[in-house]
Amino acid sequence: MRERAKSWVLSLLLLAVLLFSWHLASLPKSGPATGMDPEYAKMMGLDKPKSDGLPTLSQMGATVRKQLSNPFYDAGSNDKGIGIQLAYSLGRVGLGFFLAALVAIPLGFVIGLSPVVHRALNPFIQVLKPISPLAWMPLALYTIKDSATSSIFVIFICSVWPMLINTAHGVSSVRREWLNVARTLEAGTMRTCFEVILPAAAPVILTGARISMGIAWLVIVAAEMLVGNLGVGYFVWNEWNNLSLANVIFAILVIGVVGMILDLLFGALQRAVTFVE
Amino acid sequence: MSTGLPPFLQVRGLAKRFDGAPKPVFANVAFTLERGEFVCVIGHSGCGKTTILNILAGLDTATLGEVTMDGREVAGPSLDRGVVFQGHALMPWLSVRGNIAFGVRSRWPDWNRERIAAHCQKYIDLVHLTGNETKKPSELSGGMKQRVGIARAFAIEPKMLLLDEPFGALDALTRGAIQDELTRICAETHQTVFMITHDVDEAILLADKILLMTNGPEARIAEVVVNTLPRERTRHDIHHHPHYYRIRNHLVDFLVHRSKLLQEGRAEDAANEDLPSVVRPGETALKQVR
Repeated sequence: MRERAKSWVLSLLLLAVLLFSWHLASLPKSGPATGMDPEYAKMMGLDKPKSDGLPTLSQMGATVRKQLSNPFYDAGSNDKGIGIQLAYSLGRVGLGFFLAALVAIPLGFVIGLSPVVHRALNPFIQVLKPISPLAWMPLALYTIKDSATSSIFVIFICSVWPMLINTAHGVSSVRREWLNVARTLEAGTMRTCFEVILPAAAPVILTGARISMGIAWLVIVAAEMLVGNLGVGYFVWNEWNNLSLANVIFAILVIGVVGMILDLLFGALQRAVTFVE
Repeated sequence: MSTGLPPFLQVRGLAKRFDGAPKPVFANVAFTLERGEFVCVIGHSGCGKTTILNILAGLDTATLGEVTMDGREVAGPSLDRGVVFQGHALMPWLSVRGNIAFGVRSRWPDWNRERIAAHCQKYIDLVHLTGNETKKPSELSGGMKQRVGIARAFAIEPKMLLLDEPFGALDALTRGAIQDELTRICAETHQTVFMITHDVDEAILLADKILLMTNGPEARIAEVVVNTLPRERTRHDIHHHPHYYRIRNHLVDFLVHRSKLLQEGRAEDAANEDLPSVVRPGETALKQVR
């Protein structure tokens, strides 16, 4: 308990240091020019305190308050609340991830069960796996001809590999004796798959799913920056074009927090299927 | 035991050679088992005991020879043969009841939930695990885990039970308690049992017949020792019986000297595929004394 209190204090201290350095960095660099003719200064826009663009803490606070007070506002195609943008991004990630799971888990089962299939597919997997998902984007846009669907495809392609590889590994390393028990108890192929192999491999499969989700959340921001019009990635890019760094920083924080929540969710799921031997 | 009928279990000319090995692990293994008999196999490590058990279970296949049980050839695993594995092999994500129910559902697929639960409960009670139905294997001690393994095998009501050194990993006290339970349950259910053990005393306590295996490679069953002690025996008084030490000495002598000598000299009597010689050391010695 004391340890925990200590780490809390340390975390808060670190936060204070970070905020303080932010505060220092965002202090106005030069006050109104002193030796200058006030008329000239006004003309040149140098009469107001000039910052180098980094919002001060109070400006940041105001932006966060404003964004969070009305996260679902919709004022035209280039001006939507962060809640709506998040919903679009999460929807794309969810759909792409779900489709990937639909392909990766059954295929991983087959690869894990059959060394022949494993050897046959391995070269393809090894070549396709290291490709940056964004490299698929032009091909996707050309063939699918729809930017939203293309970003879902990119999510699909990046989340398929960790799940596929982990499922295959989990299935192929199920303890021999459990399979022997299933055989002596005349459990059929389906029962063995769903009641022995699946629960035995579930922790490893979910580790793969957790990695996939992490990657998908990384990739969606980049994909939306490319295809545009909706989502947190687009929001970041749009606010950069608006030169609103406060909004950019706010979006970055939101992306981080949502990513953390997704990871916690998968962590909880993983714990639920993990068994003690 | 001779009934004129073919024996319940018949093993003939069994041999197993693993890929790449120059000699078979065992060869010309032959023995029979009658219904209701409790048979133990004793032999040094590496003579292929577990492989023989796996072949009987249908989990492994022999290079040569055949096994018939109840008039039918053994080809593949079956609910007719319950297996208790060396390392208990419980599924750690299932509860005690779930582990036992797994086999019960295979045996009687049309039973409803209540009927399955009731059937499982009967066997949980039988191995004295009442109150632990919903516990996971990780919450149980080694002895309790092996009891679940035994209950799982008994619950499918197999024609024959195969036990692969079931008590090897248990401490002496727990082992004794479970041995007593196994004797009681086998007596109640007239179960036919084939069991591998390293423990000479365990074999004398539990078995009607003890199969002695020579060392591998090319191991075989050299002798069938008939246990002439009365069947109602307990751990506490077994060593007072006059036959006890004669049988025990015979078994220990075999393990220490003869298992190796017989392996070396196996060329002379390897040609015959007959059943191994049957000896009754308890009574033979008695006659010699007289």
